Amino acid sequence: MMNDPGALALAAWLLPALSFLVLSVVFPFRRLGPPAAWFSILCAGGAFAAAVMAWRIQAESVVPVHLVWPWLPSQGKTLADVGVLADGVSTIMVCLVSLVALLVQIYSLGYLHDETRPALGRYYTYQSLFAFSMIGLALSPNFLQLFICWELVGLCSYLLIGFWYQRPAAARAAVKAFWITKAGDVGLLIGIVMLWRQSGTFDLTQIHEMAAAGALPLAGLSIITFCIYLGAMGKSAQFPFHVWLPDAMEGPTPVSALIHAATMVTAGVYLLVRTDWLFALTPNVLLIVAWIGAFTALLAAVLACVQDDIKRVLAYSTVSQLGYMMTAIGAGVATAGFFHLLTHGLFKALLFLGAGSVIHASGSNDLPRMGGLARRMPQTAIVFIVGTLSLAGIPLFGGFLSKEEILGAVWAGGLPGPFAILMLVAFLTAFYMFRVVFLAFFGAPAHEAPHAHEPPATMLLPLWILALMTMVVGGYTTFNGGGAEAASPAWLTPSAVGAATAGILLAWLTYQRRAIDAASLAGMFGPIRRAALAKFWIDDLFETVYGVILLGFSRGIGWIDRYLVDGVLNVMSAWTLSAGDHLRRIQTGRAQDYVYGVGVGILMLVILMRLVFT
Amino acid sequence: MGLQPYVILSAVVFCIGLFGVTTRRNMIGILLGIELMMNAVNINLVAFARFTGSAAGFIFTVFIISITVTEAAVGLAIVILLFRVRRTVMADHLDLLKG
Repeated sequence: MMNDPGALALAAWLLPALSFLVLSVVFPFRRLGPPAAWFSILCAGGAFAAAVMAWRIQAESVVPVHLVWPWLPSQGKTLADVGVLADGVSTIMVCLVSLVALLVQIYSLGYLHDETRPALGRYYTYQSLFAFSMIGLALSPNFLQLFICWELVGLCSYLLIGFWYQRPAAARAAVKAFWITKAGDVGLLIGIVMLWRQSGTFDLTQIHEMAAAGALPLAGLSIITFCIYLGAMGKSAQFPFHVWLPDAMEGPTPVSALIHAATMVTAGVYLLVRTDWLFALTPNVLLIVAWIGAFTALLAAVLACVQDDIKRVLAYSTVSQLGYMMTAIGAGVATAGFFHLLTHGLFKALLFLGAGSVIHASGSNDLPRMGGLARRMPQTAIVFIVGTLSLAGIPLFGGFLSKEEILGAVWAGGLPGPFAILMLVAFLTAFYMFRVVFLAFFGAPAHEAPHAHEPPATMLLPLWILALMTMVVGGYTTFNGGGAEAASPAWLTPSAVGAATAGILLAWLTYQRRAIDAASLAGMFGPIRRAALAKFWIDDLFETVYGVILLGFSRGIGWIDRYLVDGVLNVMSAWTLSAGDHLRRIQTGRAQDYVYGVGVGILMLVILMRLVFT
Repeated sequence: MGLQPYVILSAVVFCIGLFGVTTRRNMIGILLGIELMMNAVNINLVAFARFTGSAAGFIFTVFIISITVTEAAVGLAIVILLFRVRRTVMADHLDLLKG
C-alpha cells in the first residue's frame, strides 16, 4: 500500500471522513472541544502525509492510477464508479488542500480559543467534512462524484461561513453564498447530464479518450462547456457571481483562509483545468472564459482599492486572482492557471491567516483603526509582507513565476485586450496590498491597541510554514522556471515587475510618506470611487431582480393558486351546498307527502316498464 | 258482465282511496282512505277468483279482511295516543321530522 499512489490518495481522502464520522456521531467526544480538535488535526496530518507520498510516487511513475469501485448499477453495467483518480494534477491538488486544511486547523485552535467547547467541536466537524469533500472533488474519477463533492463543499462553506449563526449578518452571508453558488451548480449539473447523453459515460478518462479520438459530436458541445463553466463561475466567483465572496468574510478568518482563498473557490478553476481538453474543442467558450476572467480581475481590483476592512481587501484580491487564473485557462494554457492556483493557495492562505493575527491583536477588521503594528508584532509583519510580495509578483517570491506564466500565456494566446487588463490589475494589486501593509503595520497608530501582541504559537507556526513554503517555491521557480512558457517575449517580465513596483511605489508615497494625499488621489477617480463604494450596484441589481422577477412571479402563481385552483373547488362546494339547501324542501316531515311521493314513484316505474321493457 | 268492469271499479276505488290518503287533513280520514284502498284490492281479488275459477282469490281476500281489521285497530290506537300527546288530529301538524 505504501507504494501505490491510488491507495495513498484513498487514505488521504478517507482520513478526514473518519474524523467527520467520529466527531459527528460520537457527540460526547465532540462536545469536549479541544480533544476533538486534536483528533481532527491528527487525521488532517495523516491525510497530508499520505497526499505527499502519493504525489511523490505518482510523479515518479507518471501513469495515472485509477482506483474505483462500481457504484450505481444500471442495465447490466455500472452507471458510475466511486473512487480516486490519482494523476499528476490531482495528487498535487490534494497536497495543497490537505496542507492548507492542516495548517488552518492548527491555526484555528489559537484563533478560536474563546469559543465554547461544543462550538469548537462543531467547528472541527465541519472542517473535517470540508477536507473530505474537497479532497474527494480533487480525486474524483467521474463527473458524478465530482458533482456530489462539489455540492458537499458548498454545504460546508455555508456551515462554516454561518458558524457564528447567531449573528444575522453571518447567517445572511451564508445563505447568500449557498444561493449564488447553487445558481452556478444548476448549470454544472445540466452540463454534466448533457455530456453524459453525448458520450454515454460519466467517467473523465473515458470521455477524454473519446474526445482525443474525435468520437465526441461537436454539435452542442459549446453549450455543454458553457454550462460547466457556469458552475465554475459560481464557485470561483467570476463576474457576476462574485458577490458572495466578500460577504463570506463574516465567517471566522481561518475559514476564509481555507475555503475562500485556497480551496473551495479554486474548485471552479480546478474543474476547468481537469476538463481543459474538453474546452479545447470549443474555443468560443474559452474566449468568453478569458474575457470574463480579465473583467473580473479588473472589477475586483478596483473594488479592493476602496475597502476599509482588511478581510474584504483580501476577499476582493482573491476574486481578482481567480480572474487571473481563468484568463490563463481561457487563453488555452490551463497549466499556467493551475500553477497560479497552487502558489496563490499558499500565499493567500498566508495573507488571510496573517490578517487573522492582526484582527486578533487589534480587535477589529477596520484598517483606519490600525497602524504601527509592525513594532508590536514583528513576526506577523514579516510573514504578511512575504505574502504581499508574492501576491504582487516580485521575483524570488512565490507568485512571481506563476503570474509571469499567466501573462505570457495570455499574450501568446493572442488576447491583447485581456493582457492589457491583467497588466493594469498587476499594478492595482500591488497598490492596494501595500496600502494594507502601510496602513496596518507602519505609521502611527490611530488608536492604541490595548493588547496588540504576537499571536500564540498555534497561530504563528502555520504562518511561518506557509511563508517558508512561499519563499522556497519562489526561489526555486525564479531560478528554474520558464520551462513551460519559454515563448514569452523578452519585455514581458520586466514590464510586469515594473507595473508591480510602480504600484508599490504609489502606495508607499501615498500611505507611508504621505507625499501624495490619499484624499486627493481618491478624488481624482471621483465617480469610479463612488461607484466602487456602492460595489457597482451589482448587489442592488441582484436584489431588484430577485424582488421584481422572482417575487413577482411567485405572487402571480399565488394568485392563480388561490383564485383558480382553489376557486374551482370552492365553486363546486358552493354548488353542493346550495343544491342541498334547495333539496331539503322535499323533506317536509309530513307522512302524507311521502306517501304521495311513493305513489308518483310507482307510477313512473310502471310507465317505464311499459315503455322500455315491452 | 265480464271481468273488465270489476277491475276498473277496483282501480277507481283504489285511486279514490289514494287520493283520500294524500289529501285529507284529518287522520281518521287518512285511515278511511287506507280502508278504501284495501277494499279495492279485495274487489280485484274476488273478481279474478270468480272469473278464473281459482279459489285462491277468496282465501287471500279473507286474510286481507282480517289483517285490515287489525291494522285499523292499531291505527286508531296510534291516533288516540297522538291526540293525547299533541292534542291534534290534523296530519300536517306532525312535522317534527321536517328538514
